[in-house]
Amino acid sequence: MQIYLPIAEVSVNAFLLLGLGGLVGVLSGMFGVGGGFLMTPLLFFIGIPPAVAVATEANQIVASSFSGVLAHLRRKTVDLKMGTVLLIGGLVGAALGVVLFNYLKSLGQVDLLVRLCYVVFLGIIGGLMFIESLNAIRKTRKGATAPTKRKHGLVHKLPFKMRFRVSGLYISVIPPLLVGLLVGILSAIMGVGGGFIMVPAMIYLLGMPTKVVVGTSLFQIIFVTGFTTLLHATTNYTVDIVLAVLLLVGGVIGAQIGTRIGVHLKAEQLRILLALMVLVVCGKLALDLLLQPSELYTLGASGGH
Amino acid sequence: MLRLCLLLLWLALPATAENVVLGLSQDRVAITTSFDGSEILIFGAVKREVPIPDTSQLEVIVTVAGPSQAVLVRRKAKRYGIWVNTDAVEVDAAPAFYAVATSGPLREVLSDVEDLRHRISIPRAIRSVGAPQNILDSRNFTRALIRIREDSGQYQLLENKVAVDEQTLFRTRIQLPAALVEGEYATRIFLAREGQIVSDFETTITVDKVGLERWLFDMSRQQPLLYGIMSLAIAIAAGWTASAAFSLLRN
Repeated sequence: MQIYLPIAEVSVNAFLLLGLGGLVGVLSGMFGVGGGFLMTPLLFFIGIPPAVAVATEANQIVASSFSGVLAHLRRKTVDLKMGTVLLIGGLVGAALGVVLFNYLKSLGQVDLLVRLCYVVFLGIIGGLMFIESLNAIRKTRKGATAPTKRKHGLVHKLPFKMRFRVSGLYISVIPPLLVGLLVGILSAIMGVGGGFIMVPAMIYLLGMPTKVVVGTSLFQIIFVTGFTTLLHATTNYTVDIVLAVLLLVGGVIGAQIGTRIGVHLKAEQLRILLALMVLVVCGKLALDLLLQPSELYTLGASGGH
Repeated sequence: MLRLCLLLLWLALPATAENVVLGLSQDRVAITTSFDGSEILIFGAVKREVPIPDTSQLEVIVTVAGPSQAVLVRRKAKRYGIWVNTDAVEVDAAPAFYAVATSGPLREVLSDVEDLRHRISIPRAIRSVGAPQNILDSRNFTRALIRIREDSGQYQLLENKVAVDEQTLFRTRIQLPAALVEGEYATRIFLAREGQIVSDFETTITVDKVGLERWLFDMSRQQPLLYGIMSLAIAIAAGWTASAAFSLLRN
């Protein structure tokens, strides 16, 4: 069934969109990532104009994250206090990111920068997670129940300490604020919710337990992407509500299924799967940069130098 | 005096010998939610005051042009091992949609001079004033624009697709793609003999969004904040509904 999208001004198959939404929704529920880093390139691929894809994707992430966070709230795996601290950093970061984005746009080559950002960040994060979780699995196989070492690093030395009961942490608020800020900047530049950066940052930098990380990340993503949606809707008029509804109907159902699957998987397995997925997307983007494209020319709207 | 002038002008015009009487299957294309491209039938007859000249064959050319926009064409090149956009040329005005249907091979039906004057063939329908100084092969950029749009069905050259009966009746079909832009589509009919245009006729086909499409589009432009909030509200409601439905299912 073909459907004409009023803002994107293209006609696409409605079931294709539902399917894409569902697939990305499952992953989103399993890993606590918004799925934007997967969905946005997929939307480009089926012919949605990039500006519309990025803006609409932000709106769709709000829906799937909201659905996911409710499931996590019910299971009490959301650290609201930590989420709020991250969110404050995130909103400031998003605003800074938009300023930075526009500055880079005036210099030209913003497309390349976005792609390079993807390759570098996905590559580093995916690689680190993969190695780490592989080691963790190996350890548990050996039967050596390694006692989880409580590292007293920088996070414990800094001032403004706060108790995060759900995460079982007593750390300074400065690192989470900085993590939120950094992710906010990157998500504004890369046009995604930032879950795939946030999740590893929470595990490795803040030392939060994996079970809490997913729900807390989703909680923070809702607000950051909601803010982005409003910015896009009021400045660029690129939010396509029909496209968003189709994606989110598939997405919310997928997210619920994904959350259920996530419960049954072990933390290490969850992490290794996410790492593999991140590496696959990274590899695909890197190949696009390295191999000669079949069409050297691209068309763009004028004025967007 | 004025009447005399007009009469002289009338007589002076060579195009009066043969005129187009046009019919369209539709002069308005409505983009609805289920819009998936459209086909318009363009047909008509040649009205004459004089007998049919038997010295030459009558040829008919039909063009349909969508609204023109400036397009930035970028080219990639390999720099430091990766493919990067390097050069860019702005094409000043390129129609979003352009179709040329002819009753014979375009080069035989139409002389180059007449093509230049009326801007009929696809390359001529695109206006490109000049490229930046550092780009010497700006023609490659215009060619790339045409190639990309031909592949997506936005530009069509339909030779031998206009049927002409008895040098009087003509008809053709033009397929409009699903990804159609709103606007006035200029439709031109040319009558040609021996490569020369002897008469032309112009009308417009209006393409616009209707119903829900119209309402959403207008709202996104006129009340963007409200539109944004509505999008978020729908997103949150959908998320909540799905979550509630699933927890009901489980219990």
